[in-house]
Amino acid sequence: MFAYILRRLLYAVPILIGVNLLTFALFFVVNTPDDMARLQLGAKHVTPEAIERWKAEHGYDKPLLLNPAAEGTAQFTDTIFFQHSAAMFAFEFGKGDDGRDIGNEIRTRMGPSLAIALPVLVVGLMVNISFALLMVFFRATYLDLWGVVLCVVLMSISGLFYIIAGQYFIAKLWNLLPISGFAGGIDGLRFILLPVLVSVVAGIGSGARWYRTIFLEEIGKDYVRTARAKGLSEVRVLFRHVLKNGMIPILTGVVVVLPLLFMGSLITESFFGIPGLGSYTIDAIQAQDFAVVRAMVFLGSFLYIIGLILTDISYSWVDPRVRLQ
Amino acid sequence: MSFMPVILWTDALIFVLMVGVLALVWFIRRHEHLRAPWRVVAQRPMAMGAALVLGAFVVIGLLDSLHYRERLADSPADAPQYSVEVLSVFDALVSGLRTRQEKTYSAPLAMQLYAKEFLERDGETVRDYPRLQYGGAHLKHADEHASDIARRTLVGLTQGLAVGLLLFGLLAAWQARRTQTQLGAWLEVWTTGRLGWPGRTVVLVLTLMLLLAGMLIQLASGYHVFGTDKVGQDVLYISLKSIRTGLVIGTLTTLVTLPLAIGFGIAAGYFRGWVDDVIQYVYTVLNSIPGVLLIAAAVLIVQVYIESHPEIFDTAAARADVRLLALCLIMGVTSWTGLARLLRGESLKLRTLDYVEAARAFGVSHVRIISRHIFPNVFHLVLIAIVLDFSGLVLAEAVLSYVGVGVDPSMYSWGNMINGARLELAREPVVWWQLGAAFAFMFALVLAANLFADGVRDAFDPRLGGRR
Amino acid sequence: MTRTGILLLGLGLSLLAGCSDSWNNPYPDSPSDASVLYSAFSERPKHLDPARSYSSNEVEFTGQIYEPPLQYHFLKRPYTLIPLTVEAVPTPRYLDASGNVLPADAPASAIAESVYDIRIRPGIRYQPHPAFARDAAGRYRYHALDAAATARKSRIGDFEHTGTRELVAADYVYQIKRLANPRLSSPIFGLMSEHIVGLKELGAQLEKAVRDNPDAALKLDDFPLAGAEVVDRHTYRIRIKGKYPQFIYWLAMPFFAPVPWEAEVFYAQPGMADRNLTLDWQPVGTGPYYLAENDPNRRMVLKKNPHFHGESYPVEGSDEDREAGLLADAGKPLPLVDEAVFSLEKETIPYWSKFLQGYYDSSGISSDSFDQAVQFSAGGDPQLTDSMREKDIHLITAVAASLWYVGFNMLDPVVGGLGEDRRKLRQALSIAFDYDEFISIFLNGRGIPAQGPIPPGLFGYVEGVGGLNPYVYEARNGRIVRRPIDAAKKLLAEAGYPNGRNAKTGEPLVLYFDTMASGPDAKSRLDWMKKQLDKLNVQLVVRGTDYNRFQDKIRKGNAQLFEWGWNADYPDPENFFFLLYGPHKKVGTGGENAANYDNPEFNRLFERMKDMDNGPARQQVIDEMLEIVRRDAPWIFAYYPKSFGLRHGWVHNVKPNLMANNTLKYRRIDPVLREARRDDWNKPVLWPIVLMLITLVAVIAPAVIAWRRHERKTA
Repeated sequence: MFAYILRRLLYAVPILIGVNLLTFALFFVVNTPDDMARLQLGAKHVTPEAIERWKAEHGYDKPLLLNPAAEGTAQFTDTIFFQHSAAMFAFEFGKGDDGRDIGNEIRTRMGPSLAIALPVLVVGLMVNISFALLMVFFRATYLDLWGVVLCVVLMSISGLFYIIAGQYFIAKLWNLLPISGFAGGIDGLRFILLPVLVSVVAGIGSGARWYRTIFLEEIGKDYVRTARAKGLSEVRVLFRHVLKNGMIPILTGVVVVLPLLFMGSLITESFFGIPGLGSYTIDAIQAQDFAVVRAMVFLGSFLYIIGLILTDISYSWVDPRVRLQ
Repeated sequence: MSFMPVILWTDALIFVLMVGVLALVWFIRRHEHLRAPWRVVAQRPMAMGAALVLGAFVVIGLLDSLHYRERLADSPADAPQYSVEVLSVFDALVSGLRTRQEKTYSAPLAMQLYAKEFLERDGETVRDYPRLQYGGAHLKHADEHASDIARRTLVGLTQGLAVGLLLFGLLAAWQARRTQTQLGAWLEVWTTGRLGWPGRTVVLVLTLMLLLAGMLIQLASGYHVFGTDKVGQDVLYISLKSIRTGLVIGTLTTLVTLPLAIGFGIAAGYFRGWVDDVIQYVYTVLNSIPGVLLIAAAVLIVQVYIESHPEIFDTAAARADVRLLALCLIMGVTSWTGLARLLRGESLKLRTLDYVEAARAFGVSHVRIISRHIFPNVFHLVLIAIVLDFSGLVLAEAVLSYVGVGVDPSMYSWGNMINGARLELAREPVVWWQLGAAFAFMFALVLAANLFADGVRDAFDPRLGGRR
Repeated sequence: MTRTGILLLGLGLSLLAGCSDSWNNPYPDSPSDASVLYSAFSERPKHLDPARSYSSNEVEFTGQIYEPPLQYHFLKRPYTLIPLTVEAVPTPRYLDASGNVLPADAPASAIAESVYDIRIRPGIRYQPHPAFARDAAGRYRYHALDAAATARKSRIGDFEHTGTRELVAADYVYQIKRLANPRLSSPIFGLMSEHIVGLKELGAQLEKAVRDNPDAALKLDDFPLAGAEVVDRHTYRIRIKGKYPQFIYWLAMPFFAPVPWEAEVFYAQPGMADRNLTLDWQPVGTGPYYLAENDPNRRMVLKKNPHFHGESYPVEGSDEDREAGLLADAGKPLPLVDEAVFSLEKETIPYWSKFLQGYYDSSGISSDSFDQAVQFSAGGDPQLTDSMREKDIHLITAVAASLWYVGFNMLDPVVGGLGEDRRKLRQALSIAFDYDEFISIFLNGRGIPAQGPIPPGLFGYVEGVGGLNPYVYEARNGRIVRRPIDAAKKLLAEAGYPNGRNAKTGEPLVLYFDTMASGPDAKSRLDWMKKQLDKLNVQLVVRGTDYNRFQDKIRKGNAQLFEWGWNADYPDPENFFFLLYGPHKKVGTGGENAANYDNPEFNRLFERMKDMDNGPARQQVIDEMLEIVRRDAPWIFAYYPKSFGLRHGWVHNVKPNLMANNTLKYRRIDPVLREARRDDWNKPVLWPIVLMLITLVAVIAPAVIAWRRHERKTA
């Protein structure tokens, strides 16, 4: 087991290097270090000397990938790419182009992101499963038919509409919850409710429909028929067998996204003013803060790979036939 | 020639796609085993109804993809000069909608502006709602307003119904002749729904669409049906123009995805070994970068390219178009991985089947094995992926435009409409019609696509096929 | 919605109901009767170091914390400088090249140096801060910490001890030296090194020191600066090259505020920067407020500085001020508000909604929430709508000292150059771009069509018909009216483009407009631009692009038409005319003259005008300069934006002051009234929840009944 995880983690290194190389290539085509400097120094009274100073300060005054002026391995290490990406493997993200420490920023912003993403996941799972079970229970009745139609309808609405409508009605018109903001601790509850509610409702359509398919597949299997033949009531069959076995694909599907919860949601966070990693990423894209973008890409990739490993482990857990190798 | 045809990149690709689809249809019609699942789709009322709605959208999108530049009125005949504005056949068809611009906001079907202004009336300056330049301009008095709308609606509905009945009559006559039955007998079969295809739904949806179209045409000639936006453009026109953007994103992205997904997916599963390793490496790398960041970078790169080659992009339309194309490309590059993984798994299974192994043992070439044995057996997966992805891509456009990395801000798109509506909702009284129109059109397209996709999936997915 | 969702919602709501305040109150932890001011910031500030902060959203904080020597009088107009930490507003002594003192009216050419002796008031003390904390033996407690000691400190508040110190002249000198510190890249270093004696040389020395010894901290005290010297404990002297009368305005900006050396030593310790404990984020000042909570991702809180030297509310003011109640607090000790909470609010809708709910005390009005708030009286004066007045909301208006313009790149072969035909082309386009309409559509009237580069409120601006731009406008019945479009067509024909076609080749005239288009409004604005030139049958291609590409084009001179604006640094016409001064061209010199306009006559007049004192002679030169730029039309003078703000009835002492940035200390609020109004405005509406529950039951009930029946049958 540990050997397996270790090997997978080692396998992650070339992937992370590839990710890094790609981000560098893409962003350096777009913005030269001069551009970055100008972006940070502002529009008024900028001199070429100030730009040179900024570049030297932030380590952008070297060649990108290969330094012909240097000797030996320094040809590769004394470059922008190496200087800026080597440290990331030790999770030292350095400073953003705006001068704030990225590692510190990530630590403080993870909490708010999780405070939204975790309830959305848990509540969403509960709501979707109950909705799906309800449809399965009443399968082939009008509730099932219209439930599916409702799911498709809900799926066909852009997520932006849910947010706009939620803010407009619940917060503005009915004064039920604060329209945006965030606070830590128990005070934070009132801020979290609206974004969680909106995100959960926005996810019902696709979620419930998918789970319904899973349960239906399960219900067609022989052991369910056997259970029913034994005289178990429909409710019992549903909860004992269908739900239990249906949870396996659902939960393994959840495991892969678990680590990514830290990254937060881009849109929800910026609409509701949540100081999480999602809004951090959006701000960095809009401000073209390359240092932050690079760090977020790295973090995202790393968490994604962790998610993949967790999924493999959880498969071997629920299904003894799968061996980790 | 009084116009110069303009073929934008996306136009060309759309027509390539059209040709491809037509060729595929022709191919499928000739092979019974390929036609069978489509028959199943054709028997589903929901899917057929949705297909009709989709068809209407596609027709508008195609008309909007035939671009041209008008010749300037007084340019010499030997060296004609053309306007820098790129129009489409669709623009020409609805030129009234395009040119009837008001000053600023007006509500749906209104005859006055939405905000009061200073007016000179009988030599006095008063503050009141000014009349619109076009919307309801044919009315003398405000009290004719409601009755005029009612009249136009009624006329429109009647016209729509008339056309609908005419079409239905033709259909019935044709079908009756084809099946060699009496017209009355065919109608009876039709009413009871025993046609073998969802005739009732088709006729109903078609009639509804015609009624709607008749009403819109009648009303739009005298009013702004969905109101006007901040600079006085007709919102109905904007929404209709956005259809093409939505369709282009939904289809061209798939066009990019398919070769990558099919090629890499099957190659990885079939060849295994180092090919598999390399391809897996590539898609893990691509998959693990958050998509928005990749898209943002790609869109910025295109911006740089456009700015450094201004001579290639002589019109605003060409600039916007290249950005749209780039968006499709990069979305394609980020979204092929899911399907590729699916195809890889399937190919892994297929390659161990007896007849594939036998073929290999006989020395049949890889290309032949893949095209003969592997590809046809995974084709249903590809098809399901196409229809399922379409609606997701249309929705994604809106979100990307909100983040600021979507289509060009000068392009008509639902995403840009929603983005603009963010501010309008903070107005009081609220300007809701731009958001409402974007919602309605997007919802109609995505819902139709989803329903159609459901039908296709049910017909093609062997796992689901038996159950229903 | 499902049962679980409803249950959770109900649970949450009942939890909320348990609290006494309104359900949507975004400040759950604050006592209702505290004298706390609530407002918002839309973008997180990048720099709070006084040597670096320049944009208005940064100065909003630094202005309250740092105290430069001078400030603008809160009420007086035109803007008047008064002492803040100094005894008196300094007047320069002029010296000639050999060091002799010249009379005040000496010609500018004779003046080699201006010397300012600035005497600060004794007894001013810094805010409490750990950098000043000393132990019993008088040693600094926190000046020699190692990484382990700072490891557990994440905020300034985590340091147990604080101290303070008297403000001395050396702190001001220290800050002037910091402007030259290459590690800070101060935005005004380039500009100031032209003026302050020896600053440029200091910059070069410091740069060399940094290069030689990249890891060591710079000891600024080891580097002398001839242009800024300590005279005695409370006096320092600044020497300026030649005559630069505008320098005095810079002394009212945080760039010239004092910085204690202890703070720099404190923040330079290992581990501090990793936790954002830097002077760039954690200011140390003498002002009325100090930054108590610094979370730029969520909120910034300013609290009253207990060591504040004391200042009283101004007693002088016009009769209008008295009428407006602005003198009600005259003579009272400042600051009047104990605490100010700034919350991050990026989106317009939440911002505006929270203002209407009473959770922000004041608000700007975006053009789209405008109709709700403001309407115009018959005379064209803005006034609040009835619904706003019912809520006791008040309108504040002011014309900003800024200008928006459309620049022509004067190096461009089509629109640039000083030839007569190009000039006419530009004049024609200036008429065609109907900014009067732009103002009414996009700004809801919050702007004044610009007649030239100088905005109202600055010396040189002429009010009314007398100040109109005769090339674009004309006077009709005493009103300024835009010239008819036919005049533009005529000019266009004279420029060689009859009906928008090149007279020689017959080709249509195609122009390119570059803009940084972003934001929800962009599409409408670009459409509007195109519409304007359609009137002349000229084809406009709009090229929207991002900030970097736009800057790049301007710098290289690749743009043709472009949109830009300028905010005044100080209330002097020089600050606008220098944007058109030839030697400041963007292309080649990297200056601020983005249009690359270079008219020798204008340049000559500018050099004369900039050193003159305000008076009829200066006005005459300015009038000549205005005539030249209006005729040459290197810019389409678009508009001077007006800023409209709203405040609730419980906020007092608000008078727009576009120059002063330290007005927070004058503000007063009435928390009791605010609490009552908030309660009144935020009654939760419950019927939707009830309705939703009923619908849910109605949908599920029949199915449950049917299932029960089914169960009974099988059982």
